Amino acid sequence: MSESIEKAIRDGFPDAVLETSEIDGVLNVKLDPNALVGVCELLRTKPELAFDYLADITAIDWLDRIEVVYRMTNLATNAKIVLRVDLDRERPEVDSIVSVWKGAEWQEREVYDLMGVAFRNHPDLRRILLPEDWEGYPLRKDYVIPD
Amino acid sequence: MSSRIKTDLVEINMGPQHPSTHGVLRLEVTLDGEVVVDAKPDVGYLHRGIEKLAEMRTYIQFIPVTDRLDYLSSMLQNAAYVGAIEKLGGIEVPERAEYIRVIMMELQRIASHLIFYGAMGLDLGATTPFLYGMREREDILDLFEMTCGARLTYNYFRPGGVSRDLPDGFIKKAKAYIKKQRERLPEYDDLLTGNQIFIARTRGIGVISAEEAVNYSMSGPTLRGSGVAYDVRKADPYSVYDKLDWNVATRPEGDTLARYLVRMQEIRESLNIVEQALDLLPPGKLECKTPQRLRLPEGEVYHHIESSRGDLGVYLVSDGSDRPYRLKWRSPSFINLGALGRMARGWKVADLVAILGSFDIVLGEVDR
Repeated sequence: MSESIEKAIRDGFPDAVLETSEIDGVLNVKLDPNALVGVCELLRTKPELAFDYLADITAIDWLDRIEVVYRMTNLATNAKIVLRVDLDRERPEVDSIVSVWKGAEWQEREVYDLMGVAFRNHPDLRRILLPEDWEGYPLRKDYVIPD
Repeated sequence: MSSRIKTDLVEINMGPQHPSTHGVLRLEVTLDGEVVVDAKPDVGYLHRGIEKLAEMRTYIQFIPVTDRLDYLSSMLQNAAYVGAIEKLGGIEVPERAEYIRVIMMELQRIASHLIFYGAMGLDLGATTPFLYGMREREDILDLFEMTCGARLTYNYFRPGGVSRDLPDGFIKKAKAYIKKQRERLPEYDDLLTGNQIFIARTRGIGVISAEEAVNYSMSGPTLRGSGVAYDVRKADPYSVYDKLDWNVATRPEGDTLARYLVRMQEIRESLNIVEQALDLLPPGKLECKTPQRLRLPEGEVYHHIESSRGDLGVYLVSDGSDRPYRLKWRSPSFINLGALGRMARGWKVADLVAILGSFDIVLGEVDR
């Protein structure tokens, strides 16, 4: 299963795949951030892939970069895939995938709010859990907790 | 004539202090007369930064914090978190502990759905269902209290098992509860399910199609009410769910009534699950090998379970130390709520209350 998903991505976007691995039997694909939206559209619309369900979006601060992690499922076959993109920690920016899955709207806002990743073309990118005048991004490793 | 009368849109705040928002939730509602043009949820009033708190605590110290997320389903919050630790650490759980966990998780689901039943009635102006639901929930809380000493925040699950074995008399009492609950469910239906006013307020209201519900990443009864049979207990079985006989409750209509009916059916299914687990519970003394000081190997894990509200996921990244490098809590209430604006548009203010009630959100979990 993993091989055919990987092949479909590589066929559609020859230069997009930077690295692949398998964690708990789930294919993890590290992507060129510029190819993210295209790959997502492929994953959702190609009939033999049909990843119709965006399960989760989150981000990790690795100090030298910020990694955004996307997790999708095909509800009919229960196939799963994880996409990962590495972003510049000084200016983390990536295209929004709200145009592919509406469920991304709030999840991207959460990542923006807590980790400071800007999602380009997001329809309503505002803080969601913290007040709008909050300073800093609490889930960054160098965040200083105010008294 | 009437077309010449100019009316402006009105923006009103519903909440954060409002009985129908089930906690501190604010809705920015734009109205055209009585019709909802837009409803934007404003969340975060209860945000405590639990993902950051997790990075500052050892793995074991964080278990009681999970109780405080979805505080109407604390057993399930424990289960999701501890399950992630066990998966990454390769920690084995004795079979008896797995059956005890299933008993607790399903009793918890019933207790949570009983509150939903009562609150749904309250939202639509019927006060008696709440008393019925709370009355039977009390029996479940008694069972929890005799097991772990707490009625709301249990801190019961441990990596490798549970904090203590079932107390004497638990099985008898649990079976008596199941019998009583089954006898009383028809009364619940008489009071609310078959009530003409209730049906008029919920049938055909706030409809969302299966395709759209999936696209909004909805889960739990809120998704199954649109006919999508996605239940993590069946999709990715954990614990001993694959050894038990039960069905995923779904309804095809996608309306507020369907989401209600799914939960009522789930109470019945959960009663069946608890009954089977009580019968299949391996005898003997429970011996769990819970590590006192826990370090997890470097790496990551994603573990998800079906909580009362849907697909509850825990993403854990470990750097090899005794505390998480990163912990992400995928809360189903939060993600479901993202679709509220879409679902309320075009309905009346009173319908908005019914639609929100059918989401069965818990703000502790939405805001984290």
